[in-house]
Amino acid sequence: MEYTLECKDLCKYFSGNKYFGAVKALDNVNLQLEKGKIIGLLGPNGSGKTTLLKLAAGLLKQNSGEILVDGISPSEQTKALVSYLPERNFLNPSMRVSETLDMFSDFYADFDRERAEEMLTKLGIHSGQKYKSLSKGTKEKVQLVLVMSRRARLYLLDEPIGGVDPATRDYILNTIVSNYAEDATVLISTHLISDVEKVLDEFLFLKYGQVVLHSSADEIRQQYGKSVDEYFREVFKC
Amino acid sequence: MGWTFDNIKPIYLQIADRLEGDILSGKLKKGERVKSVRELALEASVNPNTMQRAMQELEARGLVTVQRTSGRQVTEEDEVINKARGKLALENVREFSAQMKALGFTREEIINILNEEW
Repeated sequence: MEYTLECKDLCKYFSGNKYFGAVKALDNVNLQLEKGKIIGLLGPNGSGKTTLLKLAAGLLKQNSGEILVDGISPSEQTKALVSYLPERNFLNPSMRVSETLDMFSDFYADFDRERAEEMLTKLGIHSGQKYKSLSKGTKEKVQLVLVMSRRARLYLLDEPIGGVDPATRDYILNTIVSNYAEDATVLISTHLISDVEKVLDEFLFLKYGQVVLHSSADEIRQQYGKSVDEYFREVFKC
Repeated sequence: MGWTFDNIKPIYLQIADRLEGDILSGKLKKGERVKSVRELALEASVNPNTMQRAMQELEARGLVTVQRTSGRQVTEEDEVINKARGKLALENVREFSAQMKALGFTREEIINILNEEW
C-alpha cells in the first residue's frame, strides 16, 4: 500500500543554548496517511504540529528518521505535489489579489486559476484590491483560496480557519470537502475542533512531539462516548 | 449550514437514524431514488466517507437498496418499513415509560394523559 505521507522514527530537535537544552519538537513519530483522507492534526501549543507540516513541505530537515511524500523524501519533486499553507502571511503586501493569482499560475503547473477566481467571487473578494488593504480574515481567505486551487496530491494546512468568521468557516470547510480530488490527502492543523469534527476522516493527537492517538471521529465517539472536542479537553487537561 | 449532531453518538449513526426517520415518516417515499453520497455529504456538511458509512448502515437495515446503475433507492417492501416503524415505536415507548416511572406516575395516570393529548 502506497501512502501519501509516511513517517518512520522521525525526530526533529531545535538546538538549545547555555540557558536551556535542546527542544525535542518531534520525537520518534511513526505514521501513515492514506490517500483520499482528510486528517486533523491536533495538539496543544508547542506539541510539534507546525514542525511536522514544515518537514513534510520540505522547509525543515529532520535530525533522524525518514519522512516520505508519495514514497519520496521532500525535494523539488515533492514540492510540485504538495500544497502548503503556512500559518503566517506569505504574500507580498503590495501585490494586488490578481497579481498573486498570476504568481501562482507562474509557479505551479497544477494551479487552477478559474477555480480560484470563482472562489474569490463567491467570498466577495475583489481581485483588484491590494493585499495589504485587506483585513486579517480576508488575507487568510485569499491565501487559502490560492493553496486550495492547486490540484495537489497533499495539502498541508496550518491553522487555515483561525481568523475567519463562523459562516465563512463553514464555506471553507465545505470547499475543502467538496473540491479536493478523490486521491488527494488533506492534513489540517487546528484548534477549532468542534468546527472541523464532522468533516474530517481521521484525527492525529500530538503531545510533546509524539503521536498519542490516530483514530476517526466515530471511533472516538464509539469508544469514549464523547465528541473529539471533549476528548481532547480530557486528554490535554492542564 | 449543514445538519446538527449531538456530541455522544457516532455521526454516521445519527445520519442513518435521521434518514431512517425520513423514510418511516414517508418524507422519502417508497422506491424513491436517494441522493448521491456526495450531494448528501455537502447538504449535511459532513465528510463523504461518513455519509458513505451511513448509507451502508441503512443498507444493512434493509431500508435502502443498491441499484447497480442508478445509485440507491428507498426499499419498496412494506414489511421492512413496518418492522422498522414498530421497532422505533417500541424503543421510544420504553424510554418514555422509564422516564415517567422515574417521575412517579402510575400506568393509569399516563394512559389518561395520553387519551387527552392524542
